[in-house]
Amino acid sequence: MTALADMTDTGKLATYNFAYLDEQTKRMIRRAILKGIAIPGYQVPFASREMPMPYGWGTGGVQVTAAIIGPDDVLKVIDQGADDTTNAVSIRAFFAKTAGVETTTATAEASIIQTRHRIPEMPLTEGQVLVYQVPIPEPLRFLEPRETETRKMHALEEYGLMHVKLYEDIARNGHIATTYAYPVKVEGRYVMDPSPTPKFDNPKMHRSEALQLFGAGREKRIYAIPPHTEVVSLDFEDHPFEVQHFDQPCALCGGEQVYLDEVVLDDRGGRMFVCSDTDHCENRCAAGHRGELAGDDLFDGKDKGVETEAST
Amino acid sequence: MYVAVKGGEAAIANAHKLLAARRRGDRQVPALTLEQIAGQLALAVDRVMGEGSLYDPELAALAVKQARGDLIEAVFLLRAYRTTLPRFGHSEPVDTGKMVVERRISAVYKDLPGGQLLGPTFDYTHRLLDPDLAGDQPCEPPAAETDSGEPITRVSDILSSEGLIEDDPVSDPSAPVADITRNPTEYPMGRDGRLQTLARGDEGFLLALAYSTQRGYARSHPFVGEIRIGEVDVEVMMPELGFAVTIGRIKLTECQMVNQFKGSSKAPPQFTRGYGLVFGQAERKAMAMSLCDRALRATELGEDIVAPAQDEEFVLSHCDNVQATGFVEHLKLPHYVDFQAELDLVRRMRAEHAAREDADGFQTGDTREAAE
Repeated sequence: MTALADMTDTGKLATYNFAYLDEQTKRMIRRAILKGIAIPGYQVPFASREMPMPYGWGTGGVQVTAAIIGPDDVLKVIDQGADDTTNAVSIRAFFAKTAGVETTTATAEASIIQTRHRIPEMPLTEGQVLVYQVPIPEPLRFLEPRETETRKMHALEEYGLMHVKLYEDIARNGHIATTYAYPVKVEGRYVMDPSPTPKFDNPKMHRSEALQLFGAGREKRIYAIPPHTEVVSLDFEDHPFEVQHFDQPCALCGGEQVYLDEVVLDDRGGRMFVCSDTDHCENRCAAGHRGELAGDDLFDGKDKGVETEAST
Repeated sequence: MYVAVKGGEAAIANAHKLLAARRRGDRQVPALTLEQIAGQLALAVDRVMGEGSLYDPELAALAVKQARGDLIEAVFLLRAYRTTLPRFGHSEPVDTGKMVVERRISAVYKDLPGGQLLGPTFDYTHRLLDPDLAGDQPCEPPAAETDSGEPITRVSDILSSEGLIEDDPVSDPSAPVADITRNPTEYPMGRDGRLQTLARGDEGFLLALAYSTQRGYARSHPFVGEIRIGEVDVEVMMPELGFAVTIGRIKLTECQMVNQFKGSSKAPPQFTRGYGLVFGQAERKAMAMSLCDRALRATELGEDIVAPAQDEEFVLSHCDNVQATGFVEHLKLPHYVDFQAELDLVRRMRAEHAAREDADGFQTGDTREAAE
């Protein structure tokens, strides 16, 4: 009952360590991360903790971030590429509160970027860490539901089933029908799930200068891609891997070769396409680029920072 | 006009303010106290303690209040607090044979040492809504009797003295105790890890699986050897002292299920055990747990695995309601990046389909493989 006494005495639930997790837990997670870095693409089991946000909402990524973050780090959190989606806001607020670290929406300024479903458009650089939130770490899971079997398949490098699946896609549809969570082979050894990022982002993982860490809380797995590691999307010689292409540029910043979100404008089929990476889009707009629907009133008199807009 | 999906931070803050107001309800009505919840909704509090894996009625009552009575949310609150507590060690095994019982029944013997003691049970009540309970009618004090001091022998001990039931598995006392909160899950799981997982597993999920074994999906011919509910001492070995000291008392529900077993090439025909042990008064959960435990012993006993309840990975990796609710509910999070990728694919495939239809013209009966 001491905890309750603490709560009523001090008005808060006992006290929490820097970045929520206790230091023993952080050490355990860091050991798993180091093992993951040593064996790129291998899923390291770790004793995932309950976190104060629900499983499936980024608990793996949050634990990885909590284990590596220090007082000098600058944190950026994105969900669907955007800094201002509700879950990204919630996770950023969590670390601002429990670790008191500086947060940012600028990709270039962040030392740690926690992400769900996207890799920033701007190439990451040495010293940056990209932390992915992973729902189902096992790329073979939907081909074989049993963990005991899939671990064996990885150990034996038995990936025939995955190639058969991709082949069957081609046989049925004429092309591979996997658009996100598209499997990759890491450093010629482990087949890995890149988390549900669109396959558009797969090439960005290849030989990235940044350290890429993947945390799956509910499934209790951590894996990693060290900087400059070879990451190859699975394909066939006669059906090479291709990324999505958009027919039009971003309607706000005019950006091309970027991933776009479709925004429904009305109930008469009106659509517009805008950058999924909000920081990238704002930077381009600030640099004077304009898309066809970017009425200047949209930006006049407003700060570039997302936080300001969010609070208006 | 493009309306940006912004304002997440303000929206969250407002939503939480509204939640707090809804939680409080009508201000004309006094707020619930934790004593009221722990005292009058005790079975809800017990369930939250059991599935939250933290024995603390007051904190569990707080969680129930904070969760507006949503018990899975309350379990989650308690778990997220529990996980931050340092782990000092583990207790000695509790001796349920020395339990101060409030309820003890056996379905296999009419009378037995210690007798049948019904205790505070819903059994044999007629489920008729009682309008008197809408108010605060005085209630009769329960009948009390002094403890006869007669030992309440465990039914499994009575059976095992004749060799009719398998022996309790001999465990190596020097072997470390599994801790599912500190070690990642690995299959096959030891029975200690399995019982820990089931003990915090969702009552509804385990109940349904237990029910399925009764309906023929891995039938195990169960009998309730014994259910006992009461308080036991928790003892912790103090290395400085060299002996165990009692640090407190907890209420537990224990169910020993006795199941038929035809025998195998290795073992003679005898009864086998399924075991359930849960915090507080949680009889339905303890019974369901013991049926699931027995079903999951299929491999160990050389039985064919034919049903979901016998499938270790299926049962153990899906019985945790905090994990399950989180992952199911995460579908509420935005998925528009992935959906965009799927939209693009479906549009492309529809265009290809339409192009094929046009090209085929009248040859619609032609069923060429796309890969040809």
